[in-house]
Amino acid sequence: MKIIVLEKQVPDSTEISVDKKTGTLIREGVPSITNPDDMAGLEAALQIKDKNPDTEITVMTMGIPKAKGMLEEGIARGADKGVLITDRAFAGADTCATSRTLADAINKVGYDIVFAGRQAIDGDTAQVGPQTAERLGVPQVTYVDEILDVKEDQITVKKSLEDVEQVVTVKLPCLLTFLSDSVYKPRYMNCNDIVDLQKEDKVQVLTNGDLNMDPSLIGLAGSPTSVKRTFTKDVSDKTETFTLSEQETADMIAKTLKEKQIITK
Amino acid sequence: MAKFEEYKDIYVFVEQENGNIAEVGYELISEARKLVATIPAMGYKVVGVLLGNGIKDKAQEVIAHGADKVIVVDDELLKDYSTQFYADALTQLINKYKPDSFLTGATPLGRDLAPRVAARINAGLTADATKIEVDQEEAANGVALLDVTRPTFGGNLFGTIVCKNTRPQMATIRPKVFELAPVDESRTGEVEEFKPTWTTTEPEVFVEKVIEKVKGDVDITKADILVGAGRGAEGCLDLVQQVADELGGVVCCSRAVVEDGYMDKDRQVGQTGKTVRPSLYLACGISGAVQHCAGMDKSDMIISINRDPQAEIFSISNMGFVGDVNKVLPLLVESIKAAKSE
Ligand SMILES: Cc1cc2nc3c(=O)[nH]c(=O)nc-3n(C[C@H](O)[C@H](O)[C@H](O)COP(=O)(O)OP(=O)(O)OC[C@H]3O[C@@H](n4cnc5c(N)ncnc54)[C@H](O)[C@@H]3O)c2cc1C
Ligand SMILES: Nc1ncnc2c1ncn2[C@@H]1O[C@H](COP(=O)(O)O)[C@@H](O)[C@H]1O
Repeated sequence: MKIIVLEKQVPDSTEISVDKKTGTLIREGVPSITNPDDMAGLEAALQIKDKNPDTEITVMTMGIPKAKGMLEEGIARGADKGVLITDRAFAGADTCATSRTLADAINKVGYDIVFAGRQAIDGDTAQVGPQTAERLGVPQVTYVDEILDVKEDQITVKKSLEDVEQVVTVKLPCLLTFLSDSVYKPRYMNCNDIVDLQKEDKVQVLTNGDLNMDPSLIGLAGSPTSVKRTFTKDVSDKTETFTLSEQETADMIAKTLKEKQIITK
Repeated sequence: MAKFEEYKDIYVFVEQENGNIAEVGYELISEARKLVATIPAMGYKVVGVLLGNGIKDKAQEVIAHGADKVIVVDDELLKDYSTQFYADALTQLINKYKPDSFLTGATPLGRDLAPRVAARINAGLTADATKIEVDQEEAANGVALLDVTRPTFGGNLFGTIVCKNTRPQMATIRPKVFELAPVDESRTGEVEEFKPTWTTTEPEVFVEKVIEKVKGDVDITKADILVGAGRGAEGCLDLVQQVADELGGVVCCSRAVVEDGYMDKDRQVGQTGKTVRPSLYLACGISGAVQHCAGMDKSDMIISINRDPQAEIFSISNMGFVGDVNKVLPLLVESIKAAKSE
């Protein structure tokens, strides 16, 4: 069975802060990480391989050359190989264009199942998974919590919705999206493998020279959405912060709530 | 900029399950009404799109909430949600009616469906919008270009996204972001049925079993008064509950409190929890991480108590109090009691 795991390298958004004076993002020193939901997808794939060593796992990303390091980490965790799709021509892609490029590369590599994260923590769109499935023309199951059963031609998973969980079976090929909140917590990397990697390069690099996609369908040109402007949140001045005794604090809150008629008789 | 003469009106996907319409659909219709009101010269309508089985009679309810017209797709294959049949039906509907813009709730269903449809028709889709406006300069040229604003980088940065060269302009919007307009039962409107042609009726995904999640007894998104507990209040959750009880409110929490095992996930507010918009949000020992604030910063009034004068929560609060919740909350219970009896 061939599994492709989609991974995106993202800045750790919990480490990002806003410079209140200039109103810009402080990105310096913010570490790049593998998108958390994608780590769950990788772990799910590795657990299938644990049970069935014939499984071949490819970690794939579209990104800048530096993202190769993330794929090598995936290999050190147990994936068989990596595919880095990188080219200036792909830059500036929105989800519509990204999914086209990913689907093209996925088709070239060949697959039975594609695993994606539900959502990337930088763009937060949760669109690339379903859109890639659509471009591949295969069914999708989103919000996967746990894989229950894998057969040659079908897979049964538990998906988590707001009020219910569903057990669903889907025919292969298909695409699943995973949640970092799932049962799949990433395993450690094998350090020997990291050393090995330097001997043998297991990451294939694909440029548009290899994919040969129509330039009007990829990157910025292939993106129906564009960013008109960006801004950071207004630092509001509506706040009043008080440092009072505990009794005064309690009384002032109660008094305010009474005035606002939140406390009634 | 390209003109799209054939494309008209603002369409809203009205999500339902077993005939129960999700409120977010009505929130979007309410907002769409405001949008069309900013471009009176264009004569745009607000059109509700209702997919399901045995749901025709719900169309009037959609009109009462502000739609000028409702397109109903009533089919057995649409009884329960499936990506496959809903995407098939919706794409055909969009291809036939040519909406200028198409709004969907950013619910689990909406976020499964909208990207699939957008990819099939190669339309631009903006996720999780928090604000939508019509670009008035473009409107003067007869183009209803939507400026769609959304948070990124975990809420640290906002981007305004436009879709200049393709139609429809699609967006998903989280529940509770837009306000519900009053219902007008006497409103009248057009109801039209649309019949999709199925290329296959064979489902690709089989639902074997549905397991109800152990549901909490309350729905925090419906509460008008919320008392939020953060990690700083983990030692006095009983007091948080007492304050909520005195105020007739409900207790909710940050993700830290869920992770530490003190409360259920269905009480979590924030990016990966629920979005709430109560009249009062009283934040106790919550640091105010962007992921938390993303779920509650639209509350009418935010009052916070935190012992750290630098806590981020203060920057989005109407009133902030530097203090120890263990000491303030017992006194607050008494002060509220006193205020009630005054
Ligand atoms: C992808 C992602 C999604 C996330 N989604 C969410 C989400 O949906 N919701 C969410 O809440 N978080 C979310 N988080 C986590 C978020 O980043 C924060 O870690 C979390 O909100 C912190 O919770 P807290 O404020 O309760 O805890 P802490 O950050 O530990 O803050 C505790 C606060 O309590 C104060 N305090 C301590 N003791 C006292 C006392 N005795 N009296 C008064 N004050 C006291 C401290 O000064 C501090 O400010 C997400 C994170 C990521 C990466
Ligand atoms: N550039 C990319 N390369 C590989 N996978 C991606 C890329 N962008 C998004 N994905 C996948 O799609 C998921 C959802 O991303 P997003 O739609 O950006 O929230 C991610 O968790 C990844 O699995």
